[in-house]
Amino acid sequence: MSLLEIENLRLDIGDTSILKDIDLTIEQGEVMGLVGESGSGKSMTALTVMQLLPEAARAQGRVTFDGIDILSAPEAAMNKLRGDDIGMVFQEPMTALNPVKTIGEQVAEGIRWHTGANRADAEQTARQILDRVGLPEAKFPLARYPHELSGGQRQRVVIAIACALKPKLLIADEPTTALDVVLQQQILELLRDLVDERKMGLLLISHDLAVVADMADRITIMRHGEVMEDGETARTLSEQVHPYTRQLAQASMHVPARKRHATAAATADAPPLLSVENVIRDYPGRRTSLLRKPAPFRAVDGVSFSLRAGQSVALVGRSGCGKSTLARMVLALDRPTGGAIRLDGAEVSALGEDALKPHRRKMQVVFQDPYGSFNPRHKVERLVGEPLHLLERKPSAAERREMVADALHEVGLQPRDMDKYPHEFSGGQRQRISIARAIITRPRLVVADEPVSALDVSIRAQVLDLFADLNDRLGVAYLFITHDLTVARAITDEVMVMHEGRIVEEGRTGEVLDNPQSDAAKALVAAAPDLHRALRRRLAEQG
Amino acid sequence: MTAFLAKRIGIGLLTLMVASAVVFGVLEILPGDPAQLMLGMNATPEALANLREQMGLNQPVLLRYFNWVGGMLVGDFGRSFTYSSPVIDLIAERVVVSLPLAVISLILSTAIAIPVGIFSAARRGKAADTVSMGAAQIGVAIPNFWFALLLIYVFAVWLRLVSSGGFPGWNAGIWPGIKALLLPAVALALPQAAILARVTRSAMLEVLGEDYIRTARAKGMPRRTVLWRHALRNAMIPVLTILGLQFAFLLAGTIIIENVFYLPGLGRLVFQAITQRDLIVVEGVVMLLVASVVVVNIIVDILYAVVDPRLRIAA
Repeated sequence: MSLLEIENLRLDIGDTSILKDIDLTIEQGEVMGLVGESGSGKSMTALTVMQLLPEAARAQGRVTFDGIDILSAPEAAMNKLRGDDIGMVFQEPMTALNPVKTIGEQVAEGIRWHTGANRADAEQTARQILDRVGLPEAKFPLARYPHELSGGQRQRVVIAIACALKPKLLIADEPTTALDVVLQQQILELLRDLVDERKMGLLLISHDLAVVADMADRITIMRHGEVMEDGETARTLSEQVHPYTRQLAQASMHVPARKRHATAAATADAPPLLSVENVIRDYPGRRTSLLRKPAPFRAVDGVSFSLRAGQSVALVGRSGCGKSTLARMVLALDRPTGGAIRLDGAEVSALGEDALKPHRRKMQVVFQDPYGSFNPRHKVERLVGEPLHLLERKPSAAERREMVADALHEVGLQPRDMDKYPHEFSGGQRQRISIARAIITRPRLVVADEPVSALDVSIRAQVLDLFADLNDRLGVAYLFITHDLTVARAITDEVMVMHEGRIVEEGRTGEVLDNPQSDAAKALVAAAPDLHRALRRRLAEQG
Repeated sequence: MTAFLAKRIGIGLLTLMVASAVVFGVLEILPGDPAQLMLGMNATPEALANLREQMGLNQPVLLRYFNWVGGMLVGDFGRSFTYSSPVIDLIAERVVVSLPLAVISLILSTAIAIPVGIFSAARRGKAADTVSMGAAQIGVAIPNFWFALLLIYVFAVWLRLVSSGGFPGWNAGIWPGIKALLLPAVALALPQAAILARVTRSAMLEVLGEDYIRTARAKGMPRRTVLWRHALRNAMIPVLTILGLQFAFLLAGTIIIENVFYLPGLGRLVFQAITQRDLIVVEGVVMLLVASVVVVNIIVDILYAVVDPRLRIAA
């Protein structure tokens, strides 16, 4: 008998069918990778096992965990299983912990609840598991609050909560999606070690084939609430028998065709479009004494670089390295403490808001989250047309509609889409809308802050193609901010590696990523998940 | 925490200073001469000049402002013209009615509202939620003086449990005093409770949708336990904000209720002082209210920090 057996699972929420005939088994000590794009039903499958589904959900079929029929188990029996025999780790570590309770309380709570241990004993157990997940007592006493910890550290606390009572099954729902690649690797290693050490079963949910290929013994691929293919990981992903598996694998390694390199190099002698000279940005530090002025925190420390017209450059680095602060200064949304930023010869970092206006038209931005960056009550016409007030001459209503229609056409949407609201579009379409908004003023420079990291692989491939195409056709220069080296490799000519506020390495993208010199770049490259490498390793292990 | 407190108290003092200047300034630029107002239109110029001299109205504005502020610092709020007694005595007489009334109302409204809000949130969309929120809707809509009249009719006229108004004074004993304040306190508390219950419910619902509630459920704790242990404290921030605002209102906004129940409280004092242009009394009471709002805000800020550790450093 397997540890977890799911047979013919059907799930409906109201009248909507969410899951159809799901079959999945996990053995003791086995890692099962559950892969699919957003909306494919991965999380709902996990929540069915936990019985933490939304109230309107109705599940049919059979789900057996350790011999217990989960679907017919009463709530009291499920309360006994949750947190004891089944632990769960969630995607978003920043919000997964209660902000008003210490990490010690939150880890010890489940232990006391299930074992009836007294506070002292529970805290001792909590201490042990926190030590085990890499939060030693010296730096992370039990009395720490979640807000005093970084995202990666918080995820370790969540893992400690889930693993405190040595569960038989651990469910990890996109546990590293919100983390940078180096943290991702650390967290994945921790999960793997815990699984090996305790002979746990692990259900690892991810949209990232490379992560799953690295971690999972077997893999189940889902789409639209159905299982497309399942089997042993290396074989399934290398043979790619099922067309959808092949489609996913190709999309996740997609490199858009670009023909711009030559022209960018040809204009190398022309004055740069953007030049950043010795830029510094200090933030006030945390005050430790009433009398002493706190030492400032230097987020960006003496950064210089330049960007030619039509060039595509990646700015890569771990979270908190200062890359977003630098991007805000390039966009003149924030002022440098020292140094100068010139766009097309004008020193934008020294200009007042009014004087900046004609220059703002030349630079636009695409943000990470296509859901959060639109006002949900505005129609697409207004959203995309928003930057038009930067033009010297205010366009008439008819001209405005025409310009919006053109911009939508450029990004592959229909002109009639301008009369819809953002919620009527999918995630990928919304990112196209934000790209349309960015190009409507015909900018010379587009800063894109993690523009594809919230998107599914197939949509990501399309959006990368769009970026490449716009670069070719319109000659827009890109500053691509990302922690994802695959994206950097796919779309940029040059790369800059940022670490603790400084640019520590720069050069042609392929050369830097194939042969990194600095420690920071080496760490990023080594931690980046790579489907080919993971498969090669798996196949080699199996002989 | 000390730095946090020092900062809050500093801001409070600053608020008081600004408020004193505004209160003084507004009454200064109001048309009409206080001496003239007191003596009436038929007063002789000599009497007027005498009174102006006596009231110090001939002194420069700044000097009068500092005299007034300096007096208040040592407890001298000036002398009322209409009552011919020190303002501080008038206020002291009335505070012993208004403060207990406000405190009893606040306790009542909190004791009703928070359990109802939690109860509704826990049963979202069910009959119990609909009924209690419907009742809260009615509570918000009913004017409190009308509700007060209803209370008087039921409890004083019909059941004869309490008197319909007036205050016997604390000398008559604690219980008779409290008994006289009960109906007005209920009349004040219910509309406040209705608002507070709705705020509590929506704050709880918002918190119950947070990721950490799911984390707590994944630990194996039942919904009810999670509600008490994890949701409640997080939902308290907006509730505290409303409570602070309500206390300030209860202390001063009771003019109508004090009139309905014929209570000698601050609300009636300030109401009478305004109608009789007894501006020195108005100034004194307003400053006292500003001070109490400042103190309540400091307490609320401290409670924020007690509830939410993130606010302890952010200060």
